[in-house]
Amino acid sequence: MPERRTVTINMGPQHPATHGVLRVELELEGETVVRAEPVVGYLHTGIEKTMESKLYYKALPCTDRMDYLAPMSNNLVYCLAVEKLLDIDVPEKVKWARVCLAELTRINSHLVQLGTHAMDIGAQSMFMYSFREREAIVDVYEACGGQRMMTSYIRIGGLAEDLPKDFDKRVRNIIKTFPDKLRDYEALLTDNEIFINRTKGVAVISAEDAIAWPLLRGSGVRHDLRKDNPYSGYEKFEFDVPVGEHGDAYDRYKLRLEEIRQALRICQQVVDGIPEGPYRAHVPGIVLPPKEDVLHKMESLIFHFKIITDGFCPPIGEVYQGIESPKGEIGIYVASDGTNKPRRVRVRPPSFINLASLPLLAEGRLVPDVVVAIGSIDPVLGEVDRFSTSSRLQP
Amino acid sequence: MEPRDRIRQLLTEQFSGSVIKEENFRNEQTFFVKPDAILDICQALLEDAELKVDYLADLTSVDWLGHEERMGGRFEVVYNLYSISTHYRFFIKVMLPADKPEISSVTAVWPGANWMEREVYDLMGIVFTGHPDLKRILTPDGFEGYPLRRDYPLTYEVPQFSWNKNDPPEVIT
Repeated sequence: MPERRTVTINMGPQHPATHGVLRVELELEGETVVRAEPVVGYLHTGIEKTMESKLYYKALPCTDRMDYLAPMSNNLVYCLAVEKLLDIDVPEKVKWARVCLAELTRINSHLVQLGTHAMDIGAQSMFMYSFREREAIVDVYEACGGQRMMTSYIRIGGLAEDLPKDFDKRVRNIIKTFPDKLRDYEALLTDNEIFINRTKGVAVISAEDAIAWPLLRGSGVRHDLRKDNPYSGYEKFEFDVPVGEHGDAYDRYKLRLEEIRQALRICQQVVDGIPEGPYRAHVPGIVLPPKEDVLHKMESLIFHFKIITDGFCPPIGEVYQGIESPKGEIGIYVASDGTNKPRRVRVRPPSFINLASLPLLAEGRLVPDVVVAIGSIDPVLGEVDRFSTSSRLQP
Repeated sequence: MEPRDRIRQLLTEQFSGSVIKEENFRNEQTFFVKPDAILDICQALLEDAELKVDYLADLTSVDWLGHEERMGGRFEVVYNLYSISTHYRFFIKVMLPADKPEISSVTAVWPGANWMEREVYDLMGIVFTGHPDLKRILTPDGFEGYPLRRDYPLTYEVPQFSWNKNDPPEVIT
């Protein structure tokens, strides 16, 4: 009997199919993967440590840079966590706007996933289409906060500024044009024999394993924080939670398409019913007063100055807020020691935690299936490596 | 019975000697427990037919340097637990001393704890005994120190790699 020989190769960190600087150590027997070990830590962002040294509201821009495909979701979860810590409530209009922006972000992130995942498998054109559609969404971001990717638009206690006048029109336009585009995607991929052969039955995870290594909905586990623990007024909206059946890459692909449809449904409800009102909560000393007041009222000017220079001191305590981001549950755990800077900000990173399941998906399969597995987990490495040590941080 | 009450009942009946206190800050139920009981408590929570705490949502740690007396230890390990069937979230917290931060690994109960514990070990230096593969995960190979500890400096930081390990620290102003 011939000796059993294995070869160890590196996939990444510079590899187009790893969506960033992810390295996977593959031990191969022929072309079969015997052992796959993801190695992370190549992005040195130091986000969690940096946030500890910033005033609460100054830590917000760090959150954009974790999952750069879903900046609004990250802003939202940080703001909700700090608002919970401070025990403040935001106006109804803000809640509705936040829901709409979070759902647009979901579409944005899923579009990038669809495009890159399909491109990894060889369907080049899908990438062009999905990035074309994504433009409309980043245009909405730009109209809101002036930024296309690192938005920092959702702020503690409200929004950075009022929604743009044509917000309604832009979102309606997206809702109107999207169903046609989704049909195009389905024509390109859903019935595409190559795509089906590459993804069906590949990267399978059972429901039981999925709970242990959270890749839930693709495997038929109905877990969605928007329904189960509603935040930011999600209980007011009607939508379904799609789940997969077989827990393979194809199911996760179909799930994402369905989630885009549900997100559009929620956006429709928002633009139909968004109430009028202020875009920031009135909490003197914690939430910045509106700019027009700062220019004309003495008291507002003083509060503005105080918040910008000193920040605010929340009570001693620790809170956790989780939301359903495009990639899974993203959570922020804030520990306050009563000073104006957080003692600890912990991000529960969905990409990091989902990526831990890669060995389960890849072992025993062929090398090209590893690419499918990574694409269907959809990790964003900015979030995986949200710690690491940063080099030479300026004070 | 409400999950909230059931957890309290389970912990006070089975682990009365190990539960230090219960806190409800902002409606988040938190139990501080003794470190040596953590594995048994987690196992009991998972196996309880009514609670079914099957989902370890997060595992993290906080360094309370300078607040040891109030908190009862320097390092706080936070188990963020969730039940997919009852949709209930609660927290188990453990305080560990500064000189020997060590606790049993819960990977046997929730396999997904693997990477989370490695991250806590890497950044905070808390040792999880019984972990199958406890090694650094985010920092480079051969890194010394635990960067998320409060006494690890943020400014004037000299990143350590193999090539500059013996160089004098560079002061950045």
